[in-house]
Amino acid sequence: MNAAWAVFRRELLLAARRPAEWIQPLVFYAIVAVLFPLGVEAHDPALKVFAPAVIWVGALLAALLGVERMFRGDLDDGTLEQLLLAEAPTALLVAAKLAAHWLLTAVPLVVAAPLLGVALGLEPLAVKVLTLSLLLGTPTLMFTGGFAAALTVGAQRAGMLLPILVLPLMTPAVIFGGGAVRAANAGLPFDAPLYFLAALLALSVTLLPFAAAGALRNALE
Amino acid sequence: MPSLQVQSLAVARGDRNVVDGLSFAVAAGEILHIRGRNGAGKTSLLEVLCGLRQAAAGSIAGRPDESLRHWVGHKNALNPALSPRENLRFWCALNECDAAGVDAALERVGLKALRHRPCGNLSTGQRRRAALARLLAVPRPWWFLDEPLAGLDHAGIDLLARLLGEHARGGGAAVLSSHQPLPADLAGVRTLELHP
Repeated sequence: MNAAWAVFRRELLLAARRPAEWIQPLVFYAIVAVLFPLGVEAHDPALKVFAPAVIWVGALLAALLGVERMFRGDLDDGTLEQLLLAEAPTALLVAAKLAAHWLLTAVPLVVAAPLLGVALGLEPLAVKVLTLSLLLGTPTLMFTGGFAAALTVGAQRAGMLLPILVLPLMTPAVIFGGGAVRAANAGLPFDAPLYFLAALLALSVTLLPFAAAGALRNALE
Repeated sequence: MPSLQVQSLAVARGDRNVVDGLSFAVAAGEILHIRGRNGAGKTSLLEVLCGLRQAAAGSIAGRPDESLRHWVGHKNALNPALSPRENLRFWCALNECDAAGVDAALERVGLKALRHRPCGNLSTGQRRRAALARLLAVPRPWWFLDEPLAGLDHAGIDLLARLLGEHARGGGAAVLSSHQPLPADLAGVRTLELHP
């Protein structure tokens, strides 16, 4: 457990040294959400309908921005070899690294979501559901992205391959996340999609670190 | 300390075997110097010995546990944004070892003055010294070193030879690959020539 904590702390230290890496997704996210309304008519009531999708897709793309680099640096400088050779289970170390990335890149997106939701005209209840759905959904996005990054870390031009691999895997989170907000907006019960998001969260957080660890081991062979 | 026994080992790189039918043993107090031209499979063999790569055939008996061996690959495992001290302290925490020896180890390899400088600003040889400081920070009986002399100056090579000598006299064992000959005054060195 101490080893996982060490990996987690190192990610925070690296983020403090290179703030651009976690500020960039947040800026990208804000730009997407702010520019989208400028593309439609002023006071178009349809905006409110699209708002959940805009915020969810914006969060997804923002979360994907830095994912490709997640293991690249460690592969290039040889830290990955030391992670694989450490006594602690690799899956635990990978989970710590993904959790740190979630904290650094996704939590700011979750925190910014209510602001953007209000700006796009969502009702107070829908804003709450939106934030909750992002809180439940972003770990799934981050762990899926991390798994794909582990799969492609040894490949040339992973930047091309990664979105193709990862976007289909992320669709359930977007469907249920957007669905929950739409239901709340329409005054319908919204707990079922949130339960689905929570189920996806439980599955991805427990299973994907093992898959990612296997992929990383493979990348060195 | 049980000796490392390798029996008719084959190491594959892609779809061909770079090493085939290799047998040797390394016991405590020995230094095994693996030689061979580029592409002979020195790095792949070392990776198999410490468990980063699967052997294609053959058996390895007495392979040391994670907590008993050091691996210093041709990459230094130093993050360029962190200082040597931070990198080494992270390594100790990752392996759940006491980090108390880090400062003394960095001083011994001559990086005391540079220990707070980001590794990205250090020279190749200085980074190599920082990576080798791991060997001193946490004493472990087995050393697997891939091209440890690469990038080191004469003083650095002498330092590594002294460290290897002390390690072998203290009952440790080392397996290392290098193009350059090891310093002649180093005792207990056996050479293993790889022929592709």
